[in-house]
Amino acid sequence: MSIPAEAKSLARKRKKVPFNYNPYIRGGKLPHIWCPGCGHGIVLKSLLRAIHTTGMSQDDIAMVSGIGCSSRTPGYVDFNTLHTLHGRAIAYATGLKFAKPRLKVIVTTGDGDALAIGGNHFIHACRRNMDLTILVYNNYIYGMTSGQSSPTTRQGMISTTSRYGSIEPTFDTCDLAKAAGATFVARGTAYHFQELEKIIYDAIMHKGTSVVDIIDACPTYFGRFNKYNTPAEMMEKIEKEGTVSVKQAEKLSKEELEGKLLRGILYKSDRQEYCEEYSKLVARVQAK
Amino acid sequence: MIDRKMKFMQGNEACAEGALYAGCMFYAGYPITPSTEVMEHAGVKLPRLGGSFIQMEDEIAGICAIVGASLGGLKSMTATSGPGFSLMQEGLGFACMAEVPCVIVNVMRSGPSTGFPTGPSQSDVMQAKWGTHGDHPAIVLTPASVEEVFHETVRAFNLSERYRMPVILLYDEIIGHMREAFTIPAPGEVEVIDRQKPDCPPGEYKPYDTQYGDIAPLAAYGEGHRFHVTGLYHGADGFPTNNTRQIEEAGIRLLRKIDDNKERIWKNEEYYLDDAEIGIFAYGVSARSAKFAVRELRKKGIKAGLLRPLTIWPFPDKAVDELAQRVEAIIVPEMNLGQIVYEVERVVRGRCEVKGIFRGDTEPIRPAQIMECVTGNGFKPAAVDSEMTESMIERDMIDG
Repeated sequence: MSIPAEAKSLARKRKKVPFNYNPYIRGGKLPHIWCPGCGHGIVLKSLLRAIHTTGMSQDDIAMVSGIGCSSRTPGYVDFNTLHTLHGRAIAYATGLKFAKPRLKVIVTTGDGDALAIGGNHFIHACRRNMDLTILVYNNYIYGMTSGQSSPTTRQGMISTTSRYGSIEPTFDTCDLAKAAGATFVARGTAYHFQELEKIIYDAIMHKGTSVVDIIDACPTYFGRFNKYNTPAEMMEKIEKEGTVSVKQAEKLSKEELEGKLLRGILYKSDRQEYCEEYSKLVARVQAK
Repeated sequence: MIDRKMKFMQGNEACAEGALYAGCMFYAGYPITPSTEVMEHAGVKLPRLGGSFIQMEDEIAGICAIVGASLGGLKSMTATSGPGFSLMQEGLGFACMAEVPCVIVNVMRSGPSTGFPTGPSQSDVMQAKWGTHGDHPAIVLTPASVEEVFHETVRAFNLSERYRMPVILLYDEIIGHMREAFTIPAPGEVEVIDRQKPDCPPGEYKPYDTQYGDIAPLAAYGEGHRFHVTGLYHGADGFPTNNTRQIEEAGIRLLRKIDDNKERIWKNEEYYLDDAEIGIFAYGVSARSAKFAVRELRKKGIKAGLLRPLTIWPFPDKAVDELAQRVEAIIVPEMNLGQIVYEVERVVRGRCEVKGIFRGDTEPIRPAQIMECVTGNGFKPAAVDSEMTESMIERDMIDG
């Protein structure tokens, strides 16, 4: 599915007037629980703008989450929303999508939720390639429970469960997703919010499992523990200076890319989507 | 002509057939002995009917997927055994909390842990009630024959849809794997209950609206009634609450759904109980041995009778209470090292003797054991021969 030309021009036109988030926000459910300086609100704005550009009806969108700060997202937005168990969002989403394939199912999850406790569901979802959009709000830490290590807490970083610096190697969300079979793998940051909006739009429009690793470091715990003086400083160091776009990266040497994360669409392929394959199977079996 | 079909099949297959009869259109699960045939049978039948079948990465994903599918509007089920049932406990609690209908089958094997995977037992009967954390309701059904597995599966779906909660079908490996002939009823012959859908405009819909009583209609996602579901304590609108009064009310309401409807959920078989002096309280496969024992004891002039619950949770307090008032003893044979006997004792409150017969070696309880328990406890009319011949024991195995 590609974006219709008029939708694109509409999207451009919309940028001239302030975007109206109200139709997508549930009345009376704000303010949100996220801390001052947290990027989750920025991600939410990019997400709602991207959804708006798709032109999809709110009735046709389901948002499923697990447990953690990122997983509170569905509670604020006016879609079919499901806030589930720690790590299990993708499993619930799989059931819902498979039961009702015409729903666009978006999973909002975090680094701990998706890659630690929910790691098994994450890789198997990628393998199946069911049409799910998985947005990993990667804040490098367990924010809601006050700053414990996650699978993306880098070596040497301080958390409440790695007081002397983490010794554990990390997962790279995108590498993991690609290796497991996801057919759309991308990375964005809360800092590059306009780029993020486009990436999320592409992820939603992709048919198959799409994974977006959204770098969105936690100022309250990750930032304070690791000596970033302000959320803005942390964002600049981690999200701005710590990443390069795929395009920029083409011009940089291996040495210059050292320690930097790539932003943009990192991998895309065309493989049979699960629900479509299943409906073919049903047709084949019923024809007998 | 009524479209009934005579079938010869095993309990696990009958379970899948019962589910299809009840309108189940979604199966998600993970294979595990001795329940796998439920899944395999569903995997053959569902695609033919246009239903959805998916093998998940583990049992946790299995129960989560069926809850997701149920919120999408489909009647959904999964089947498992002890280790898988342990993994499902958190998802089971979520389904209780979010009030999402679904059916979970546990074909009991011997445990704890990996135990003896092909060996039957009845040792998950307390887990089925108390396995998931927190105060929560439970409906657990215990069929004792292949035909009953079929009908109790239909009833499990009906209760699940009626009371908006997960219902557990609990039977043991013997019932799961034994083959018996039975008649699959014609469509419409057995009642099938569908969930109550909201009739209010989308903007007014509240998924936990108490103006409908304790059980609110449940919309399906994607059909216009946009709503929120969470495992957090929530208000009538489904959104999280930290209001202590609302939390208390919501918790009490979950239990009251079952408490107020016990009479409709309970189902017992009474066998020679009218004039019984000795009551036997048995469920599942042990009840088959108990029935045989009752017949043999009656032949010997001992007034034994059987109370067999098909609903083990909510516990049949009323039936046990009535029994306790008129028998000298209640014998509780179960294929575990003593579980449901304590529930019987709780209700009996010392009004008669309660004696358990336990067995944890994965062998079924023999009628002879039950008869010996009766006769060895002083319930001996004249001319009782407590010795069982080998041929009688052989017959136990095939007799209902």
